[in-house]
Amino acid sequence: MTPTPLLDIHDLHVRVRHRGEQRTLVRDVSLSLDTAESIGLVGESGSGKSMTIKAAMRLLPPGATAEGQVEFGARDVLKLNRRDLSRYRSREVALIHQDPRAHINPTRTIAQFITEGVVHTGQMTKDEAVERACDLMADVGITDAQRRMRQFPHQLSGGLLQRVMIVAALLPSPRLIFADEPTTALDVTVQSDVMAILGERIRDRQVSMLFVTHDLDLAAAVTDRLAVMYAGTVVESGTSAEIYRRPLHPYTAGLLQSRPSTAEVRRPTAIPGRPVAAYEAGKGCPFAPRCSFTTDRCHTERPDRRTVEGRSVACHRVEEIADLLKEHAP
Amino acid sequence: MTAVSDRDLVVDVKGLCKTFHSRSGGSREALRDVSFSVERGSCLAVVGESGSGKTTAARIVAGLETASDGTVEIIAPRTAGTSRRGVQMVFQDPYGSLDPRQTIGAGLHELLKIHGLRRKAERSARATELLESVGLDDRHAAQYPASLSGGQRQRVAIARALALEPALLILDEAVSALDVSVQAQVLNLLADIREQTEISYLFVSHDLGVVRQVSDTCIVLKNGRLVETGRTADLLDSPEEAYTQALIDAVPRPGWRPRRRTA
Repeated sequence: MTPTPLLDIHDLHVRVRHRGEQRTLVRDVSLSLDTAESIGLVGESGSGKSMTIKAAMRLLPPGATAEGQVEFGARDVLKLNRRDLSRYRSREVALIHQDPRAHINPTRTIAQFITEGVVHTGQMTKDEAVERACDLMADVGITDAQRRMRQFPHQLSGGLLQRVMIVAALLPSPRLIFADEPTTALDVTVQSDVMAILGERIRDRQVSMLFVTHDLDLAAAVTDRLAVMYAGTVVESGTSAEIYRRPLHPYTAGLLQSRPSTAEVRRPTAIPGRPVAAYEAGKGCPFAPRCSFTTDRCHTERPDRRTVEGRSVACHRVEEIADLLKEHAP
Repeated sequence: MTAVSDRDLVVDVKGLCKTFHSRSGGSREALRDVSFSVERGSCLAVVGESGSGKTTAARIVAGLETASDGTVEIIAPRTAGTSRRGVQMVFQDPYGSLDPRQTIGAGLHELLKIHGLRRKAERSARATELLESVGLDDRHAAQYPASLSGGQRQRVAIARALALEPALLILDEAVSALDVSVQAQVLNLLADIREQTEISYLFVSHDLGVVRQVSDTCIVLKNGRLVETGRTADLLDSPEEAYTQALIDAVPRPGWRPRRRTA
């Protein structure tokens, strides 16, 4: 008997209108996330990872439409009415953006930014919110919280601002945090800080996290499970440790090998070509043009997700090539 | 560090200082007494966090910024019959460093014409050669930057920089904005170019993994000061400074756990 997952994304498709034609950005994505679990959604540009979480928050840009089911606590987010949607966004989930400077109002103080949401939705009074926010700021390593609350975003460094965004996300005590490349714009030392803080918070409060990143190393280190996306689909998903140790999809293996190591000089094995978006992919496997293990079938028939070694993999030739991939892994 | 006369240097930087003054009268010291040199045919990496002054140092060497104090000596003998120029630079953003209204080929033609290739046939041949050296071809020459991918654009930027056969190529976070799989292609390309020519690189990067792959020697900057210098392999395997160690420890890798510096 398995408990119902907190978030269950099922057959999600996202399309946008572009010059009169419909372009698919996300194709047939299914994910489920349990309470207190964290999943890393990993992919390169155009893989649809950000669009997936935008769809899950119903924050898609104008002209984009989502199809499928995004179930949160047995309700379909895509069908929520205005009031329930507002409640969902303000209490159940929170979003941490990549670039804090672009997503924090520069004309308002940190205190106004952090407390606006919870005060507006009546979850706390202004004084309560300020007090709780100060406590949280101390928790995430912001010293002198009182003074920071009076300051404006331009007076804070990028690392501090990202912590402010984390405080704002945690303040309403959400059950699920969407983190869209929360550390990409930060230095590695600050990234380590921010990820540690986020990790502690979600462990202490039993919060779930959907962590979007292009950095497979980082995702594998901080999440329980990984879903690797390519051209709008999930090509491989499973536990982080296993995927990292033994990638089953050629793309996952390629990503691991492209990443230069700090420990040794090893010519990175580049994946030829460039990442494509879902609408650019042909009828076969979207990765086939860049894959070195293709057969005719790969170019003509799109592989379905299958369960192999307890993982979900979308590749026709998993069984044949799994051991070859392992030899190439770092 | 004393300069050894028999070392064949391309660039020798001594005692570099740079102070930026703001209109409100404040000033900020971006570099303080930074010295380094690049040997011919080698690659020096400049490593540091944002605000460490690594880009400022690179821009001063490129001549895009003037130093408040110190000297930059570019040692690039102009051999007869070549168009060899001293320094060229490749920037981080492949979207911002190309003219959006000029095809790749036209841009290369213009560049070569300005630098003395008068005959069109000669220019065409050279443009093709340059594009080939970065893994592109004549089809790409007819395209505009907007229709190229990020990796291809960065290749074009490298081809344009190579057109003048510089002795030193400055790469300022040149692969940071690229997707991982494409980044590996460009890194390999840079390694190949260095094998085939006697070009030297000044490679500015925050990414220690990338630095390990491309550079021979390495300097670490922190708040405008030189913290540590040495061979890249030695420096990354057994750093002497705590700051360098902290940078290395923060890079995600198998078994890595994020750690808070502040308690």
